[in-house]
Amino acid sequence: MNLRPGRAARGGQYAALLAYLLFLAFPFLWLLSTAFKPPRELASLHPTWIPKDPTLANFRQAFDEQPLLHAALNSLAVAAGAAVIAVLVATPAAYVTARLRTRLSRAATGWVVVGQAFPFVLVIIPLFLVLKNLRLVDSVPGLVMVYVVWALPFALWMLAGYVRAVPAELEEAAAVDGAGRLRTLVSVTAPLLAPGVVATGLFAFISAWNEFFFALVLLKTPQKQTLPVVLTHFVGAEGVADLGPLAAAALLATLPSLVVFAIVQRRITSGLLAGAVKS
Amino acid sequence: MRARTPVLCAVLALLGTLLTACSGGGEADDGRVTLRFQSLAWQQESVAATEELVAEWNAAHPDVRVEYVQGSWDSVHDQLLTSFEGGEAPDVIHDASDDLADFAYGGYLADLRGLLSERLTADIPERTWRTATFGDGVYGVPFLQEPRVLIANTALLRAADVRVPTVAEPWTWEEFRRVTRRLSGDGVHGVAWPLKEPVSATLNLSLSAGGRLFHRDADGRARIRFGPADQVVPETIRAQTGTDGSASRTTLGSGGSDTLPGFFAGRYAMVPLGFSYRQQIVQQAPEGFEWQVLPAPAGAAGLSQGVSPQTLSIAEDSPHKEEAAAFLDFLLRPANMVRLALGDWMLPTGTEALRDPALHTDEDGWATGTALAGHLRPAPAQSVRGYPEWKDKIATPAFQEYYSGAIGLGELRRRLEDDGNLVLARYQR
Repeated sequence: MNLRPGRAARGGQYAALLAYLLFLAFPFLWLLSTAFKPPRELASLHPTWIPKDPTLANFRQAFDEQPLLHAALNSLAVAAGAAVIAVLVATPAAYVTARLRTRLSRAATGWVVVGQAFPFVLVIIPLFLVLKNLRLVDSVPGLVMVYVVWALPFALWMLAGYVRAVPAELEEAAAVDGAGRLRTLVSVTAPLLAPGVVATGLFAFISAWNEFFFALVLLKTPQKQTLPVVLTHFVGAEGVADLGPLAAAALLATLPSLVVFAIVQRRITSGLLAGAVKS
Repeated sequence: MRARTPVLCAVLALLGTLLTACSGGGEADDGRVTLRFQSLAWQQESVAATEELVAEWNAAHPDVRVEYVQGSWDSVHDQLLTSFEGGEAPDVIHDASDDLADFAYGGYLADLRGLLSERLTADIPERTWRTATFGDGVYGVPFLQEPRVLIANTALLRAADVRVPTVAEPWTWEEFRRVTRRLSGDGVHGVAWPLKEPVSATLNLSLSAGGRLFHRDADGRARIRFGPADQVVPETIRAQTGTDGSASRTTLGSGGSDTLPGFFAGRYAMVPLGFSYRQQIVQQAPEGFEWQVLPAPAGAAGLSQGVSPQTLSIAEDSPHKEEAAAFLDFLLRPANMVRLALGDWMLPTGTEALRDPALHTDEDGWATGTALAGHLRPAPAQSVRGYPEWKDKIATPAFQEYYSGAIGLGELRRRLEDDGNLVLARYQR
């Protein structure tokens, strides 16, 4: 008697979950479908999910017209560099702000997080002038520095949460057992923080990989342009777009993020659960 | 403290490496002039044509090398503004005349008077030069333009047995309304207006009826007056979408491309679009689909309509203005202007280029568009300070609500005039 409402509720939950998954996947599935459609199918009044006459012509045209591979390598270098540096800078800072709960550390954390509130357009001109004085305009390292600075507030806030989730008692126990500060950090804290570090690095990587405006403004040499900037070359005046090649190129641009996330997601979730059990 | 030292060292080493890598970024000076040319060409054919012309220039001018930089229409204004502020703007800048006012008045663009050759100056009509004239200066060379035309389904026109208009004998706005009524029925609308950007479409077409909207007072200040001539086009569209039912209401918020599936499916007999949309139609139209290019309806001022041509400008900060002007002169020679126009499916502004036989063929409606070139005028108000704010905050929502039937003509006039003049007044103190 009790099972019937339980099953119905479970069924409802699965239905809601499926609807939510479809909602989330819709843009990607539409992109996937569009990338393989010929121009005439793209202008059909009754579009279909599965292309009737699938073609790779959009991919060929996209590669013929724009240096997608080169731009992807640029994006990879910039995003990986930004992720690594952001994590290296944010991890010790997050540890200190999480463990030393002084007035100064709270103020510092608040100040850094407030930095996240400024919109791009507000900072772009001063930032451009600063980078110009440092001779970092039109340079990949300059863009990496911008992405690091841009990712740091959120990375710091995110990692501080992970540090707080690691019980301080574990570090104290290690100290009682005779471990020094360095040994404690390396052998006890670092393994428990690993999922957080990976998640933070992933966040920094994806945000740098997708970022458009800074890359557009700061990089002038065509050979240095990143993938999001090159994608806009498929869009013309008044928003008219070369839809097929644009979808093909955008599909390729989303793949690295998906692959990276697919590789590390198991580690992130398992790490989070481990932390939850311990606390 | 000892624990932090290795991490800090690693971070500092990485940052140091980055800064070292950056410090040697400048090019060695080999005595040659290098001009950066930011082009917004984006279609395969136009990119190819532009790149070919740059290559030809570089082959013929080893001392003045032009570096082709691909820009994007999507973000050109913000990107240029940042570049100007930072003193890093390209030497030669591709843009559109309706985007130049801020840059021209801001002193970012070079006044081209005295820099351009007599040939180029004389080749482009005075009315076209006015599209890039701000105050007393000329801040861009208008080189490509496109009229708004009616792209029509030939089979539906033939079936309805309506008179097909020509440039010599166009439809009047009243006749156009009658024709769209006749073309409608059985799930077909006579016309589909893509009015995602209702202001430029309405104002540009209103020139045909003698509409001006922006008037100059005796003291030189711009004032908005929404007179009877300004009402002809909006009232026609409103009647088509409302009482007549001859225009689709669903496309009022659409862009031009969005109307094409319905057009190809025979849902709309005509779509008013920019001349360059023909390329999409050629690419996407179903096999055997018959279409043709018709002139937009004429009013008291004939076939006049406003345009905002694509322009080429020179940055005020460029140390090589004369070389840049020489490159413009090369790029805009009549034969080269034709190549650029064909690549973008648009019309050249040069009178010599407009005579090219390639632009007078009936194929894909080239001849109709070229015949309209003499009727193109500067888009109203593009040089009026405050126009962008008026357009975004006042006129766009007002026209959208009017066309959707939410407000009447009186309320539209009140918003355009009363609210609009308040906006303009702030810019003209």
